[in-house]
Order: sequence, then structure tokens, then C-alpha cells
Amino acid sequence: MSAFKSFEFVAGIVLIALIALIALIGGAVLLSPLLFPGGGTAQSLVDRLTPPFQTWEYPLGTDPLGRDILARVVVGGRVSFFVGISSAIGAVAIGTVVGLFAGYYRGVWDTFLMRFADIQLALPFILLAITVIAIIGPGLDRIIFLMIVAQWVQYARLIRGSVLSLRRAEYVQAAQCYGLRDRAILFKHILPNAMGPLVIVGTPNVATNILLESSLTFLGLGIDPLIPSWGGMLAGGRNYIQTAPWVTIFPGLAIMLTVLGLNLLGDWLRDRLDPLGRTT
Amino acid sequence: MPILGYIAKRGLQAIFVVVAVTLFISFAIRLTGDPAVMMRESANVTPEDLERVREGLGLNRPFLVQYWDFLSGLVTGDLGASFFRGPIAPLVSDALGATVLLALTSLVVSLIISIPLGVYAARHRGSVSDQIIRLLSLTGLSFPNFWLGIVLILIFSVSLRWLPASDFRSPASLIMPAVTIGVILTATNLRIVRTTMLDTLNQQFIMVARAKGLSERSVIYKHALRNSSIALVTYLGLQFGSLMGGLVVVELVFNWPGMGTLAVEAIAQRDYPILQTVISFLAIMIVAVNLLVDLVYMALDPRIRLE
Repeated sequence: MSAFKSFEFVAGIVLIALIALIALIGGAVLLSPLLFPGGGTAQSLVDRLTPPFQTWEYPLGTDPLGRDILARVVVGGRVSFFVGISSAIGAVAIGTVVGLFAGYYRGVWDTFLMRFADIQLALPFILLAITVIAIIGPGLDRIIFLMIVAQWVQYARLIRGSVLSLRRAEYVQAAQCYGLRDRAILFKHILPNAMGPLVIVGTPNVATNILLESSLTFLGLGIDPLIPSWGGMLAGGRNYIQTAPWVTIFPGLAIMLTVLGLNLLGDWLRDRLDPLGRTT
Repeated sequence: MPILGYIAKRGLQAIFVVVAVTLFISFAIRLTGDPAVMMRESANVTPEDLERVREGLGLNRPFLVQYWDFLSGLVTGDLGASFFRGPIAPLVSDALGATVLLALTSLVVSLIISIPLGVYAARHRGSVSDQIIRLLSLTGLSFPNFWLGIVLILIFSVSLRWLPASDFRSPASLIMPAVTIGVILTATNLRIVRTTMLDTLNQQFIMVARAKGLSERSVIYKHALRNSSIALVTYLGLQFGSLMGGLVVVELVFNWPGMGTLAVEAIAQRDYPILQTVISFLAIMIVAVNLLVDLVYMALDPRIRLE
């Protein structure tokens, strides 16, 4: 019995350590222009394809152009976090507004939302992105825009569900009796009570978007190859997998640890805030 | 009547989605401008070639007519011509076969791993092994699937030289891509099997089965698993879309001759008719699978009909 308890404890410690690691990566990512003035793009052809753990100058080795892999991994993290977090925030913002209106007014808003959700289910993000980016061309802003377009619906449905039950609540009826305007009722009274699940769904969503961004960049449909990014490093290192596997392994590990940390955080939040599993 | 009404409603919904998605894709593709001009940029073609392409694609006709042709082409199998690679139909049917083969194999791989592990985790809820299984499945969700593919190539092709790294030459070529996608799928499926089994094991008929003195094996696999499989099928259907999305990337890593590789090659060559057909096909497949799952679900569990 005590073994189980201590395991939960150990798992908790591991989780917190991982999150700390993420914070560390995040911190290093924020400071990276100071740590790595070259921004991970400085080339040194003399040092090309240095294996990892050989020199202090390049702790994780160098890539085929002699660029410092550690610097590129850290700087690339900035791109990943920026895409993951800004797309989730954008989707939450739009989804919240539409969800509020759909849940409160029903009718046209509701129909629009549900039909859009059907369409979204049929065109998964990668397929949507392939189609649209083939036409408008790749780019950081486009990826974020597409992620928001593809993902606001899930938040809208979540908020809609909460609003449907909250609109009959006594305090909402009271507010209506006072003659408050709909907008005040929606944003001041209903919204604060409907926001909880957003955090639970939003945290793993940041993780998913980091994975999606790296997939698209890997396909050559994401971030400009000149900007260091984890997906771009994987794509570039792929041709050197036989001679220099470290070029591919370290950015992959960075993605994995970051996403795992975010998923653990999401799981923990879910257990804490939603023990009955209503948001799954 | 309610049953027929439900089927009709679901069918209409599916048709609406197919029309909306294909219309969007066709319109988006049309926004790229005159394909003949783009071809002149990208390759040495004579004006006669351009005219032939315009003629072949019917580009001089209104958008809705072209769209209608495209839709009826999807039904009749006459998919028209690509810019650079001849008729589309054989290209797509080959790629579709390869993709479906890979998808089904991955699904089988994933079920073989996730059902026993998920059942085990549910039966030993809260134990060390349950926690480990949970952690493993979270880790599985944290891989970029293409990176897992690259690492597998590094281990099994480059270092050990056991398996072919790319292309589709022998059944052995299927192993690594199927395992790559299977592992990613397993991460989700494990959780679903565990949750649904936990729900089922708490129900009265399980208690009755145990009270009858049935062996634990029979209780778990004959009674509990069969009941939770309904929920599993539904989740699998919902997952089908993201499975297709993941396949696209993994196919490219292994140079698997499927729909994903075809789509990405089409983008590189700016061969938009191929891209339009591939994406539309995948979207229609996803809608069809979801519709099928809904109808199967209704057949399996009569209680859902009133919803």
C-alpha cells in the first residue's frame, strides 16, 4: 500500500521537476538573445558536424553548416512557445465570444456553430493547412491564423455547454430582473463562471499546437527555414541521419520534453479542477 | 420512424459537410490563379500545351460547372488529368490503397497493444502498473510522430540494418510506418480502453456475472470488453480524422507511396488538381467513417436512438 502512495508521490515530484524544466527552457528561451547573440544562425564551417559532448563551445554539437545546436534548440523554443500559446489564446478568445452568444441566444448562432463543428471534424488541421498553405504560402503568422480558425470551435462548444446550464441559474435571472443589458449579464456574470474548463482544455492544446507546428515546418509548410525552429531542425537534419544523428535527436527531445511537461500539467489540472471528468 | 428520421438527418448532415468541404477546397484551389500560367513559370511548355491543359481541365467554364464536374468525377471515377502526371484516377487509387493498408495495419498494431494494457490498467486501478501505463501513454502523446519514425529508421535501418528505411518494396517495409502510427494511436486508445473498462466494470451486470461464478477471464473479455467496445468504436471514428492527418506526415518520412506523399509532391510541383482530389477524398472518407460509426453505434446500442 505504501508503495502505491509513494509512487503517486514520486510521480508528483517527477511532474513538478518536468514543469520546472519547462519553465527553465521557457526562461532560457526568453533570455536567449542575450545568451546566444548569433540567434543560433552563426555559421562556422570549420566546426561543421561536431559531435555532441566533445567541446564546451558546442555542448550539443553542430549541424552541417557548423551552427551551434544548443543555441538553435533554445532559440527554436521561442518559436514553438510563441505559436503554441498565441494560437491557443486566439482560439479561446474567439471561441468564448461565439460560445457565449450561441449558448445565450441559441437560434442562428447555435446552428452556425454546430454546422461549423461538423465541417471542422471532416477537415483535420494538417489537411486544412496543406490546402491553404499551398495557396497562400508558408509563414509563422499564417500557421497561427489557421490554428485559430481550426480550433476556436472546441472552445465555443465548451462555453456554449456551460452557458446553457448557467442561463437558467438564479443569479442570472436576478440580473435579468434588475434590467441589466445582455452584454453585461454575459460578460460580467456568466463568463466568469463558465471559464474554468477553458484552462483544462487549453493547456494540452498548447502542446498539440507545438506538435502541429513542428509537423508543418517539417513538411516545409511552416516556419521559414532561415528561422531556427524545432521542426525545421528536424527537417534539415533528416538527410544527415546516418552520419550525424544528433542534429535530429536533440530538437526532437526538446519537443518531446516540452509537450510531455505540458501534457502532465494538463492532466494534473484536470485531476485538480475537474475530478468528475466532465470536460473529457 | 424515429430511426429512419435519424438516419435521414445524419445523412443530410454528412452531405452538407461533404459539399461544404469540397466547395471550400475547390474554391481555394481556384484562388491560385490560372494554372496554365503557373505551369509556364515552372516548366518549359508550349502555348499548345497550355491550351490543351485549359481544355482538359475545362478552365474556360464557370466555377460552379467545374465544381459540379469535379463532384460527379468523384462519383464516376473520372477524375480528370493532372498537370504533369497524366490522369489522376490511377494515381489516387494506388495511393489510396497504400494509405488504407497502412492505416488499417497501424490500427491493428494499436489495438493489439492497447486493449490488453488498457484492460490491465483498469483492473488494477491506482496500482504502480496503472500509473506506469498512464505515464507511458502520456509520453506517447508527446512524440512528434514523424520524429519517432526518424528514430526508428536510425535504430532499425541505419544501425541494425534489419528493416528497409523507405519506399514500399516488401511487407517488411510496412513494419516501421505501421509501428510509428500505431504507437501514437495507442497513446490515445489506451486511455479510452481504460476509462470505458472502468465504467463498465462498475456496472451491475459485471457483479452478476461474477456472482454466477464465471471465470474472471470470461467476465472481463466476454462481458465487460464487449460492452466497452461500443464506446471504443465511437472514439476510433472520431479519431479517424487526426489519424489521417498524422498519416500524411509519417508517409513522407518513410517515403510511403500514399495520399500524404502524393499531396506533398503535388504541392512541390504545384500540381493542384491532384491536391484538390487527394484532400477531397480524405475529407469524404472521414465523413463516411463518422457516419458509419454513428449508424453502427445506433445498431449496437438502441438507447442512443432517442437522442
